[in-house]
Amino acid sequence: MESNTENNGTSRRAFHLAVIYGFGAVISFLVAIPTAFYLLIPPRLRAGLKYIDAGDVSQLTAGAPVEMSFQENRLDGWKLITEKKTAWVVKEPNNQIVAFGPQCTHLGCAYHFENSQNQFVCPCHNSVFSIDGKVVSGPAPRPLDRYETRLQNNQLEIGQLKTSEPA
Amino acid sequence: MKKTFTQFIEEFDHRTGLHTGLRKFLYEEIPASSGWHQVFGSVALFLILVQFFTGAMLAFNYAPTPGDAYSSLRYILTEVTAGRLMRGLHHWGASMIIVIVVLHMVQVFLWGAYKKPREGTWMVGVILLLLTLAYGLTGYLLPWDNRAYWGTVVTTQIGATVPLMGPYVSRLLGSAGEIGVVTFARFYGLHVLLLPPATTLLIVLHVFLVRRHGVAPAPGDDLKPKKSFFPEQVFKDTVAVFIAFAILFTMALVVRVPLERMADPTDTTYIPRPEWYFLFLFQTLKVFEGPLEVVGTVLLPTVAILALILTPFIDRSKMVRVRQRTLAFGVVLLAALGWGGLTAAAVKSTPPQTAASSIDFSGPTQWMELTPAQEAGIAYYRMESCGTCHNVVGGTAKTGPNLVNTAKRHDAAWLTTHFKQPSAVSPGTAMPQVNLTDAQIRDLAALMQALTPDNADVIDTAPQFVVEGATLFQKSNCGACHMANGVGGKIGPALNGLSARRTEAWVTEHFQNPRKMSPGTSMPPYPFSNTDMQNEVSYLFTLPDKAPVK
Repeated sequence: MESNTENNGTSRRAFHLAVIYGFGAVISFLVAIPTAFYLLIPPRLRAGLKYIDAGDVSQLTAGAPVEMSFQENRLDGWKLITEKKTAWVVKEPNNQIVAFGPQCTHLGCAYHFENSQNQFVCPCHNSVFSIDGKVVSGPAPRPLDRYETRLQNNQLEIGQLKTSEPA
Repeated sequence: MKKTFTQFIEEFDHRTGLHTGLRKFLYEEIPASSGWHQVFGSVALFLILVQFFTGAMLAFNYAPTPGDAYSSLRYILTEVTAGRLMRGLHHWGASMIIVIVVLHMVQVFLWGAYKKPREGTWMVGVILLLLTLAYGLTGYLLPWDNRAYWGTVVTTQIGATVPLMGPYVSRLLGSAGEIGVVTFARFYGLHVLLLPPATTLLIVLHVFLVRRHGVAPAPGDDLKPKKSFFPEQVFKDTVAVFIAFAILFTMALVVRVPLERMADPTDTTYIPRPEWYFLFLFQTLKVFEGPLEVVGTVLLPTVAILALILTPFIDRSKMVRVRQRTLAFGVVLLAALGWGGLTAAAVKSTPPQTAASSIDFSGPTQWMELTPAQEAGIAYYRMESCGTCHNVVGGTAKTGPNLVNTAKRHDAAWLTTHFKQPSAVSPGTAMPQVNLTDAQIRDLAALMQALTPDNADVIDTAPQFVVEGATLFQKSNCGACHMANGVGGKIGPALNGLSARRTEAWVTEHFQNPRKMSPGTSMPPYPFSNTDMQNEVSYLFTLPDKAPVK
């Protein structure tokens, strides 16, 4: 009789402990999983404009690069921010339009076009790029980066900046 | 292995006393009468922790300034994974804490557990109740939608009616002029910087006092053997916590917490209402008018709070069994009836919000950016049941082709012919000709050309009153004189931003009698039927304040 109540006491205690730890685990799990999702899964992005109008390119002459600036609307978290961006736009001999990203591929300095040399020159470490973006000399590891572009009625539309492959 | 572990625990305990302390805390003896009725304190503590945690999580994606607050919350709700759940937990958790805290107080009150020597425990508890309400009051503003803004306007104006101190209360809440950035910052600061540590300190004090005096025994308990807090009572507490959490989690998943239009101080049509647990106060105010108002706003609440705090000193009788506390039951019943009656009266007297202000901005709102023609196209799409044979957002394949990106395949002329005489452009098609006028067909074609994968759900999400308002807009040729979402004439004023400039009542009257409202206008009167008028005005009020950039 006595040992029976004792047994009852032990199994009761075991049941209580099981419920405490079991329910505790379920609650922790139900909080931890959504939290991990909340913090770790990148937010669903609203579709932004893929191409931005950069301006008229009908007046460009082949072989004469022009620095064009355009406004890009970008989502930064919950904020739509408008940034001014620039591109070096070149009309190639075959009338193809190319838009280079404005930063030297070495360390990100802003380069410029030297009319006298007909080359892009970076003032920081003297990287020199030819008019088609290839590295002529200097420490630059790869050709100039290019924007995705498309033409709509002589209007140049600029898309994503693509990192170029090392030559 | 086990030996080393035990040894480690012992050594650790020797240095920190953590293990011994925990054992002492858990193996506390409690009176024989303890049981299920005492679980509410633990549930309240658990829910406060849930609030702390979900609040911190929300803060990770929240910008505490007006305007940005709204867009960041919208970002949490629409773009962050599990963001809606996180906000749901915080929102419903807040309501649940009030319920549990009140149940906790009612239990302590009925059992008379506040009596000597536990007066201090009770009084700290009352302050904790007030802090809980302060969380509700300050947190209410943080979404910065119309509901938050207008609810807070009322609250701060009540604060301003406090005799003598009114102006100082206003200044303290930063609401002396208008509710804006200062009020917002103060409410946010209170909500996340001041209240949490204050609550934590008082909870520690509260629990310390409970432990110091022990759980209140019932008469006759001293003759029976004592129970142990762990695991018996902890088991009961855990079950109660689990039930509470299950309810909270389900509500957060299932019951959508809407986000209204962004706070608009010029919106004179908005009917402000406080959170449900403040409705009784709100209703009390209506009873006292004019110079008596201060009775409802300040006097009665102060008396009630004082009575609560001083309860242990008002009732100094000896501890009796709970069944013998008839008076206490009477007081609780009376309070419940009073609270319930006032709340019911407040709910009953709440007029329904206008259609335009009941839109949930945490849902998809791309339909707001459609032109009137495209919007009206949705009405015709629904009227002609195009969805029976065509998909737009995906789903199981239907007889007709998916209509997303129609613009890439066909131009307006093709579509118009297709609607009038399907087989003329699509030989052998099973599509019946649509039964619409030429003008309506043009609108339907305009909609088809606007559908992209990004906005295709407008077909389902645009409210019916909006699309019907748009058909009336098209039928009445409003676009000949007015710009809406970037299209239309420039003879009359642009309609984007109308909701910020005018009230719905004004616009309604303007339709009926333009000259009366704007003398010299060339707009003819439009005597719409009641339903049409409502749809039309509501539709115009859903136009974004600024026309969307195409």
